[in-house]
Amino acid sequence: MIETLMHLDLAPFLLSFKLAGLTTLILFIISLPLAWYLSQTKSKAKPFLEAITALPIVLPPSVLGFYILIVFTKVDLNFSFVGLVIASCFYSLPFMVQPLQGGFETLNKNMLEASYISGKNQLVTLLKVAIPNSKPAILTAIIITFAHTVGEFGVVLMIGGSIPNETKVASIAIYEMVEIMDYSTAHIYSGLMVLISFIVLLSVYIFNHTQKKIGGFH
Amino acid sequence: MIRVDINKKLHGSNGEMNLTIDLTIQKGDFVAISGKSGSGKTTLLRILAGLESAEGMIKIDNEVWQDKNHILAVQKRGIGFVFQDYALFPNMTVEENLLFVEKDRDLANYLLKITELTVLKNRLPSTLSGGQKQRVSLCRAFMQQPKLLLMDEPFSALDPSMRRKLQNEILILHKKFKTTVIMVSHDPAEIYRLASRVLLLEQGSIIRDGTPKEVLLKTSGSQKFSFEGELLEIIKVDIIHVAIVAIGQQLVEVVISKYEAEKLTIGSIVQLSTKAFSPIVKNS
Repeated sequence: MIETLMHLDLAPFLLSFKLAGLTTLILFIISLPLAWYLSQTKSKAKPFLEAITALPIVLPPSVLGFYILIVFTKVDLNFSFVGLVIASCFYSLPFMVQPLQGGFETLNKNMLEASYISGKNQLVTLLKVAIPNSKPAILTAIIITFAHTVGEFGVVLMIGGSIPNETKVASIAIYEMVEIMDYSTAHIYSGLMVLISFIVLLSVYIFNHTQKKIGGFH
Repeated sequence: MIRVDINKKLHGSNGEMNLTIDLTIQKGDFVAISGKSGSGKTTLLRILAGLESAEGMIKIDNEVWQDKNHILAVQKRGIGFVFQDYALFPNMTVEENLLFVEKDRDLANYLLKITELTVLKNRLPSTLSGGQKQRVSLCRAFMQQPKLLLMDEPFSALDPSMRRKLQNEILILHKKFKTTVIMVSHDPAEIYRLASRVLLLEQGSIIRDGTPKEVLLKTSGSQKFSFEGELLEIIKVDIIHVAIVAIGQQLVEVVISKYEAEKLTIGSIVQLSTKAFSPIVKNS
């Protein structure tokens, strides 16, 4: 066991975190305006947009992976890290958009209107009023997206394969270890995943709890 | 001068109704809008602010805010709005709340001084009392030096002494900035103190329009005073009947006859009035 620990290859974990970090960053930038639009619009297109955004939650990862595989074959992105990042963005989109949208929807409407009355447009209102007053929702969105991307398996399996340092992320590495019956490495990898995920979630809940207690963000 | 001629279909709690308002307000007037809930008061304010759409025309001085062809965005109307729930920005200090509207530090300091908020200028809204929050909200509304100030039941959440204080501050600011004010209020004392004109709204239409004295005083004919209250109980004591009526925060007992008692329903709103008689003695 100790020997396995000494020679443990941590590259899959680093790759998982790199993938999750990049995906979260890209999704945060894309989702902010989308979530803001969805939270404010009264358009009839809203349910359609919401349904499309939520699709990755209900679709089996293999379905999503299959379509992405077809498209990626044409643009030659299969089995590459860039391909994984793009696929992850589709896969984790709802986990970023939904908490953000929820956060924006619970903001005091009069407060946003006070900003418009003060002559500020939607962008200024979003940046100066909505975002600073939605910190718990933003933190939840970022952490859940990150954690969900780290935990991704099906889509990666379909379009990424298992190329070391390129597409072999932690979840794939565990699957591989089990397949070749290397249970001690699988144990360590799995244990690490449980530990990291728990710590991440715990910090989110502690943060949100203290925010609620003090009733403000300062 | 403000010209308003608007029409909007509302789906209120009492079913569908038409908000139809044809109104002219003189510059610098202090107008109060009163009426039961669901009569369209808040909607009228929101239409004036540009927060809700309606058919028709709104003009202020020579500026067209709304006509058939275009609607001026809420951002461009330069109005002030005081919400019942203050609607301050929780992430900004008192001073930042004001400067967010307009980067005019002198005006901000002046307003904070009048409302005695200078010592609190670096505090966050969550640390203030209700009265203090509403004063910040009032200051913020004046930061654009608005031609028109709209207030939606601004003091209804405050205790009576704080109300009086804020009413005085509003009067000072109203005089200083010569702002036209339209305020939704249910409190007759407040309307009497502040407003020069009252509009009574019912089912989306103005049913009374006049000075507070004309609209609010309930006495008529030779009645010397008259109150509205809720009839709580009628107690039979021997051959007389005693009605218990709640007027404002007080309960009063009134002796009534058997026939009067038969005509009254417990729980209904009744009017309590009296005619004073003053016998006059003269040399004959």
